[in-house]
Amino acid sequence: MNLLNYTLKYLSIALLLVISIWAVLFYFNMIDEVQDSLDDGLENNKMLVIQRVEKDSGIIQRSGFSEHNYEIKEVTEKSGLKFKDKYQDTLMYTLNEEDMEPFRMLTTVFNKDNKYYEMKVVSSTVEEDDLVRSLLYSLIWLYTAILVSFFVINHLLLRRIWTPFYLLLKRLKAFRLDKDQGIETGRTEVKEFKELNAAVESLVAQSVGTYGSQKQFIENAAHELQTPLAISLNRLELLAENEDLSDQHLEAIGQVIGTLQRLTRLNKSLLLLSKIENKQYGEVALLSITTLTKTLISEYEDFAALKSVQVHLKEEGPLEVAMNKDLAAILISNLLKNAITHNIAGGTVNVSIGPNGLVISNTGRSVALDPEKVFKRFKKDSQAQSSTGLGLAIVKAIIDLYGFGIQYSYTDQHHLKLNFR
Amino acid sequence: MKLLVVEDEIDLLEVIRQSLEKENYLVETAGSYVLALEKIVSYEYDCILLDIMLPDGTGLDLLAELKQMNKSDNVIIISAKDSLEDKIKGLEMGADDYLVKPFHIAELNARIKSVLRRKSLNGKNTIEHANVKIDLDERQVWIDGDELVLNRKEFDILSYLAVNKNRLVNKTALAEQVWGDYMDGADDYEFIYSQIKNLRKKLKEKLAGIEVQAVYGIGYKLVVA
Repeated sequence: MNLLNYTLKYLSIALLLVISIWAVLFYFNMIDEVQDSLDDGLENNKMLVIQRVEKDSGIIQRSGFSEHNYEIKEVTEKSGLKFKDKYQDTLMYTLNEEDMEPFRMLTTVFNKDNKYYEMKVVSSTVEEDDLVRSLLYSLIWLYTAILVSFFVINHLLLRRIWTPFYLLLKRLKAFRLDKDQGIETGRTEVKEFKELNAAVESLVAQSVGTYGSQKQFIENAAHELQTPLAISLNRLELLAENEDLSDQHLEAIGQVIGTLQRLTRLNKSLLLLSKIENKQYGEVALLSITTLTKTLISEYEDFAALKSVQVHLKEEGPLEVAMNKDLAAILISNLLKNAITHNIAGGTVNVSIGPNGLVISNTGRSVALDPEKVFKRFKKDSQAQSSTGLGLAIVKAIIDLYGFGIQYSYTDQHHLKLNFR
Repeated sequence: MKLLVVEDEIDLLEVIRQSLEKENYLVETAGSYVLALEKIVSYEYDCILLDIMLPDGTGLDLLAELKQMNKSDNVIIISAKDSLEDKIKGLEMGADDYLVKPFHIAELNARIKSVLRRKSLNGKNTIEHANVKIDLDERQVWIDGDELVLNRKEFDILSYLAVNKNRLVNKTALAEQVWGDYMDGADDYEFIYSQIKNLRKKLKEKLAGIEVQAVYGIGYKLVVA
């Protein structure tokens, strides 16, 4: 439920309550007024009738209302003395409605020639059920009219007032920490929105700054590690050239060199990842993925042979993509390396290239991998000890950089599907 | 042959010096712009290894000085800055080659020798060890005047090892040289072995005076038998 409808919901409930209470009060007030004025009229009638009685005593003999609005009958002195004027509601038969209708009746007693007469004066009054019904209808109309107009005003006016808010929301949704440098907020006159915009802007600026310095730190660290690593390796190689060393010593040096090389590879991969994420591979050219893949497959021939893995290429159409040459080579070679490394002896790697993308499928462990985790950093097969666990993370970084798509799926083989469009 | 190494990182300078001395070069070193300039002005070198980032100046300025003095010393720039602009600038200013740090010593050796070969008389780009002659331009190998047919990878391995004769060339350096940069991370480079095996067989069949030795899981070296 959005904000506008939310306010409308509570407002309609509150309005219903207020209108209902008001209606009850209004009704009783009105009835009171009506009776008051009827009673005044009856009082006046009473006095008129009594005046007439003074002049024309004949009418005293009348009984029943017939065409008049009063009736007079004689009462005993005893009851006449005790009597006080009395107003009451009553029902009488009316000809036009052919039904009993409500009447207001004044019962009074007067004295003429030492005789007491009781007189009833009536006046037609409002039909309460009719009044209630018509009041109810009016109120329903009023209620609806208020709600509808509120709804319309809300949508026209409030929507305009809330525009900066929705704009900010839209921009926040589209915001990517790794892509955007900051967030732009719309101009607004509303104080709350101004504060919100300022708060969001500073929060975003802070996050972008932190993210940037963290990325920078990784890159710097990897960069600074390069030379010491290279020097250590060089020194060990110089040491290994020493003629006096025994085979055992050489073997030990070889092991240290192996470990240092793994570290170097890891460091290189981290540096590469940072560089990709920091967009340091600018130069873009249109290149043929097919040609590149062929070249790389031939470079990986020996590696595949060592692993007893067959690599097949299937061309379903030419594939040309505008991207950085080095990154394209890294992308394809990482995929190939990955497919060959995580394979079984006698297994296969099938690369098929179509006009829109590339699918690389390989045999391997017959368990599907978690598609969520495949591209995570340092997510690696425990059996492949020397792998850095960064190969597919680098692939994903390159894919993300260019806005391409990649999906992992498993049938009887592991498939990675690249979409370059 | 007299070389000058200009590098402010003392550890690296030392490793390069030790390694080059094994090749029987006369190696002098300079750790700063001022020291390097002094040496450049006073002496002639066959090859100068020049770091771009120095604490008191840049290698590119040294290169400019050198050219202004009309010296014909060969220059190989070594720098951690692997940006293309630096590379182009250095080469435009007259450097003979450009090597990005960190590099393998074997690679440095190969580059230095290549520069020196180009400089030396008749400009023939060949290496000769024992009865084996390798023509790097024509990509041909002769043993006692008999041509030895090698595939691309075998030739690359042989020539790289031959340039670094008697020196240990580690597997990573060899793989990067022969299989390209994108092979790194592919296991322990065990796949090199099958090519080495073929190469050894061919050398042996033709009774070559050189052989490829394996050095304990570290790499290979070419020695005169």
